[in-house]
Order: sequence, then C-alpha cells, then structure tokens
Amino acid sequence: MKSYPISIKPFGQSAVLVEWPIKVEDDILQDILNFIDAFQRLNMEDWEISAAYNSLTIVNNQGQIDFIKIKKLIADCYLEQKAKKIKRKEYLWRIPVCYDKAFGIDLDDASRRLGLSVEEIIQMHTSFEYRVYGIGFLPGFMYLGGLPKALEIPRRKEPRLRVAKGSVGLAAKQTGIYPQNSPGGWNIIGRCPIPIFNPNLEKPCFVNVGDKIMFHKISKAEYDLHKIEGEVGIYKPENVQLNA
Amino acid sequence: MLKVLKAGFFTSIQDLGRFGYRNIGVPVSGFMDNAAVRKANMLLNNDLDAAVLEITMTGPELEFESPTYICLSGADLSSTLNGKTLENYRVIKVSEGDILSCGKLKNGFRSYLAIKDGFQTEKVLGSRSQYFPVTQKASVQDWDEIPYKETPDFKPTISEIKTEGNFDLRSLEVYKGPEFSILSVNQLASLFKKTFTISKENNRMAYQIKELIGKHKHSMLTSGTLPGTVQLTPAGRIIILMKDGQTTGGYPRILQISNTSISILAQKRYRDTISFKLI
Repeated sequence: MKSYPISIKPFGQSAVLVEWPIKVEDDILQDILNFIDAFQRLNMEDWEISAAYNSLTIVNNQGQIDFIKIKKLIADCYLEQKAKKIKRKEYLWRIPVCYDKAFGIDLDDASRRLGLSVEEIIQMHTSFEYRVYGIGFLPGFMYLGGLPKALEIPRRKEPRLRVAKGSVGLAAKQTGIYPQNSPGGWNIIGRCPIPIFNPNLEKPCFVNVGDKIMFHKISKAEYDLHKIEGEVGIYKPENVQLNA
Repeated sequence: MLKVLKAGFFTSIQDLGRFGYRNIGVPVSGFMDNAAVRKANMLLNNDLDAAVLEITMTGPELEFESPTYICLSGADLSSTLNGKTLENYRVIKVSEGDILSCGKLKNGFRSYLAIKDGFQTEKVLGSRSQYFPVTQKASVQDWDEIPYKETPDFKPTISEIKTEGNFDLRSLEVYKGPEFSILSVNQLASLFKKTFTISKENNRMAYQIKELIGKHKHSMLTSGTLPGTVQLTPAGRIIILMKDGQTTGGYPRILQISNTSISILAQKRYRDTISFKLI
C-alpha cells in the first residue's frame, strides 16, 4: 500500500483536520479508510471521525483538546496502520432510478447542453460504478466519484428553492441523490424511490464511505411500488460484496 | 405534560446535541447558547444534557399540567407565570394549570426554558434535539404536548444567580481556519479591523454577514465543517456555520470561532454588529 504525505492541522479548539494530497482517487480513499479503521481501534471515547474525498475531520465532542498530543497520536497511528493488512468489506449497491420526465425535469435541457439524447444520458448514467468518497452536507448525501466526462454539466444558473427528496442530479464531476427536500442547483435527471437515510433504522444510512453505487433504470410503476416498500421499511436494497 | 398553546416564532427542543453521526451527514444540533443553558440546568441540579426549550425572538404560551420547577435563561422575553413577572436565572416552582406567557424581547435573541430533570421526549440517534428530518418535526408546534417528570418538591442548592448574559459582547474569538492562508492582505485587514453586521439570513444553520470582504478564486475539494466554521464564498461573503450547520462544505474555511463565541453569536440578530479577534 502506498504511503502519502499527510498533513495534520488544528481545526478550532476541539478538532483536527487530516489532509491527503488534493486528488480524488481510489488509492487515497483506501488509505483514508485504513486510517479510520486504525483510529477506531484506539477506542478513543468522545472522538468522532468523518471522511470527505482527501480529508478527515476528527472531532472531540467534549471540547478543548491538546493539539500537540493528538497530532502525535494521529501521526503514529498513520505509520502503524501501514504495517497491517486490513480486510474491510465493501459493497456495490444497485440503486433504482426512475428517469420518467415527470421526475427528470432537466433531462431535455441536459440533453441539449450535453449534445446527447435522453436515452444516451440514461444509458451512460446507469453503466458506471460510482465510488462513495464521503457522506455529508445533508444526512445521507453521498459524494460520488467516477462520473464519465461526457456527463459533466455545469450547475444550473439559478438554483431551485426546492428540489424533491430522492431527486438524482448531475453537476460538474458529480452525480448524486438529494436525501431530503432541499434547495439545490443540480440538473435533475430522475428520482430514486427508496430512502437513503432513515433515522428509525439501526443503521440509518445503509451505504458506507468506500462502497460503490450503480444506478439502474426502473419504470414509473416500479417506482410507485418501491416507494411504498421504502416507506413501510420492507425495501431491501440489492448489494454485492466487492472484496469477498 | 407541557401543553403548547402557542408555539411562538421558532421554539425547539434541544439538548447537548447529536454525537457520533457526523460520518453520515447528521449535524450536531443542540443548544445554540450553551453558556446560558448550562447555568439554568445547574440551578435545577440537572445533567448538562437535560433537554430544554430554545425560544427564538417571540415566545410561546405554555400550560403546565403537573407541578415542577423551571428556570429561564438567555434572552429576557419579559415572561410571566399566571401574569406574574419572571426573572431569568432563578428557580421557579410551577403548579398544575400554571400558564407561562412571553412578552417583549428585552435583549438577546434566544431564551431557554429549562425544567427539572429535562423534557422527556423520545431520543432519536441519541439526542432529543429537534432537527428535521432526523426528528419528525423541526420545531415545537401549537398543541404539541411535551412530556416532563412531575416534581412536587425540590430544594435547589442555589436558587438564583446574578448574571449579565453575553448580549453586549461583540468581539468573537477566532482561530485560523484550515484555509486561512488564502486570505489576501486586504481581506485580512478587513476581517480584523472592520465591524460586521448580521444579515437577515441567520438561523440555527448559519449566520451570514452583510458586508463582503472581496472575491476569491480558490477552489477546494469538499471537506469537513463544524459549528463555528467561518466560510468565505467566491463572492466574498462570510458565512458562520452554527449548530444545525452542514457537516461538509466546499467553501474555504478561513476561521473557526471559539465555542464560547458560538454562544455569543447565538444571541445576535439582524443588524447587530460583531468583530473578529484572532487568539
């Protein structure tokens, strides 16, 4: 496993920011995930950790920290995990999306701007595997990497005040699902019927950082069915273990 | 039960916050003015994380359905109990059928109603703090019934404290943020010499500053944010994230305000002024 020059910075009085090189790539993500595993094995109560692309935010929920001490601990932990082989389970999730024009309100506009037919957009969007590089911004919002270049489209000039829960959008190098009603400037191409975040479940978000997502096209009738299954909590998202 | 006859402008149940779910995008939430709540809970011999009502600007009207003890803190909302004026930071006995009403906001922006042993609403992901869609509602609504434990008798260790609150403090203590180094000489001079005005855009998620401090073209990969993170938009707008703030963001994090300063800012409203002081 490659080693990276990581930087460890103070982030206010109760947090630390650990940064990897400014790149979106699988090797860096794997290194970050290995570090998270190693840090969690330290069983440091009151600390929580979250990942985003090339960084980790490590926060102490009790307040003031001793930065010099925690910096050393993080540096040691990073070196030590390099020596270990870690087996982590990663899953590929198949997420249903209905690309009906009633949901994909920007499909025609995106088709014109990208120079692709609507069918080509859907075909491309559903044929790639996207890596989850982080979950943040809103509960259950996934930062996905791996969008094909042909689907890169700038954000809409004017953001909408309300984008419906489940909306699937494109913006620059990103694609993703709005987990709740929210303002937003992405180009909406479809809607996912199943909840990505459910606070009533033991695991409120079934996806983990490091997992992969693949979208598959469903009809309006299938959408309606999955929507009900999702609401009553019986929809089981399909997954395959990647590194079994 | 506490019967909510009128909910007021924005009243929500809050405790210390929701920890351990940042990695799936769930904000911390919790009391905005931690300093004010701490004192109220202390006077009632409550745990630090006992849930309180956070009342913003315009107060609610509430009916107590069983005897207990309460303590108000933070902003002074000219509250009364059955028409009798109440003072902040004082333990008050309430009886069945008592009605608490609020009047004119005298100072600050957020007032707290703490109750003996805290409000007993259901915990979601380890916390009672209201934040939609983690909790079913974002705030308390008219005719809600909020459970609490009946306490006919309680002898507080200290029954009142004299405190000024933090309403006159304007200077926020700040640390350098992770992207502090992108600031130009002019931006630095503005940040630490000027006085800034709170804009209309201020709520539990974030406070925006009215004045701009100059554009920038720095682009970064989305990274973690915290309550108290000061972001700078490409247009030069300063945004200070608060307790319900998002867990990640793509704007440079130029400063991080201290935990104490989050409490100070929480009492500011539209047109109030602040300044930043690097520590």
